[in-house]
Amino acid sequence: MTRLFDSLAIVAGILLLWTGVFEYAGDSAITGPLQTFRFAANLLGRADFWQHAQATLSAFGYALAISAVAGIALGLILGLHRFSGDVAEPMLASLYTIPKVTLYPLMLLVFGLGVSAKVAFGVIHGMIPVILFTLSAVKNIPQVLLRTAKALHLTPMQTATHLLAPAVLPEIISGLRIGFALTFLGVLIGEMFASQRGLGFLIINGINSHDVKRTTAVILIVITASVAANGALLALDRRAHH
Amino acid sequence: MTREGWTRLGLVAAGIAALEALCRTKVIKPLTLVPPSRMVHDLAGLLIAGDIFDDIGQTAIEVGGAFFLAIVLGVLMGAAIQATPRLRRAVAPVLASWYAVPSFVFYPLLVALFGLSTSPLIAIGVLSATPAMVVATIGGLDRVPRVLLRAARIHRLTAAQTLWLITLPSALPSLFTGLKLSFAYAFIGVIAGEFILSGGGIGYGIAYAYESFETPKMYALMLLVLIVAVGVNGALHAWEGRLLQRRQR
Repeated sequence: MTRLFDSLAIVAGILLLWTGVFEYAGDSAITGPLQTFRFAANLLGRADFWQHAQATLSAFGYALAISAVAGIALGLILGLHRFSGDVAEPMLASLYTIPKVTLYPLMLLVFGLGVSAKVAFGVIHGMIPVILFTLSAVKNIPQVLLRTAKALHLTPMQTATHLLAPAVLPEIISGLRIGFALTFLGVLIGEMFASQRGLGFLIINGINSHDVKRTTAVILIVITASVAANGALLALDRRAHH
Repeated sequence: MTREGWTRLGLVAAGIAALEALCRTKVIKPLTLVPPSRMVHDLAGLLIAGDIFDDIGQTAIEVGGAFFLAIVLGVLMGAAIQATPRLRRAVAPVLASWYAVPSFVFYPLLVALFGLSTSPLIAIGVLSATPAMVVATIGGLDRVPRVLLRAARIHRLTAAQTLWLITLPSALPSLFTGLKLSFAYAFIGVIAGEFILSGGGIGYGIAYAYESFETPKMYALMLLVLIVAVGVNGALHAWEGRLLQRRQR
């Protein structure tokens, strides 16, 4: 009961803050909660909005697939081969620190305008955390488990399915949760600069044409979707870690 | 230097050499990428001419201000949240989903709130960097062994002594992770903000150079961003290593 009350208090706090900002800054900067919800509901019923949403989702799907598969594969390789892992880890951590937005002109020159630039943007944002989490998960498998596998004469396949997978899965799920959010962020940024379609384009277009109502509504939809997906992954994450 | 360190250096050198070769032989077109040696040369030229000092200064103030505020706010909020279990349970979902929200979408709003100056950029840096510091502070304080705190009470240490001798050393590894992440997020937030909507700073310089087809200048500034990001990250990493080593002794 108190938990429900606390959650409601948080939501109320956010709405209050939103209203306060709206009262202070006026409708040239942001629209109020009620108006935004109404406009967002209206947007959700329109076909052209869904075309943009679909463009974002398909680019996001490709980018996430690449981030996840390549990220986990690289993480496993670097984690199993200790020396490569030790060499690569600080380099990857540094890459993570770079503001990747600044690479966008390079991305445009290499990939051109369109879906591939968006996907590339999503991948450079999302893949590194997946690699880092997988790497540390594999590196931190207790040696005792591996020795047990050897003692029991497990085949490499059996070791992988019965021992490695369960041991590293929780960490990989955590990495995927962060990779998921960052890939989405990357795709949105890619759309803001390198595209004429998608939700990121709707946002930047709204900003440039001072269409505050639409921008705020699209941002609300994007944030809601992102937080909801994160919540679902977080629940999965908790269950995997128990 | 360790074997890993040398290998890393070798890999980076080989990568740069390969890029240089590809650019020199025109496999990569000069319009797409200028050779790394040219980037260094151009960057040196820009630094000597001094034209970009204003931009560098602005970005440094913004990143430094955001980083500092994020540390102060993050540690204070983290300590408050860690001390009150109910607050902690309530804000946990907010902290967990903070980075799922692409914070740069708030940038136009911040410009409307603060005007087009350095303050909205500092604000976006603080918004993206603070939660990492909050999470790190909570994690660090969780790791302080109860038994040591009890020992501190038995020895009648003052609050300041307890903080300095017990709490801080135990929380240090986690706090350092927070510092590194906070810097990264403040830096990314500020540069991205400048890039999207600003009249100055390095991020703006890159966007401006790109739009006016000054490819060499663009790459020189990108190199600068790369050097700063990697340099500060490396410095914090080295500092962390030294402090942890001292603790083990």
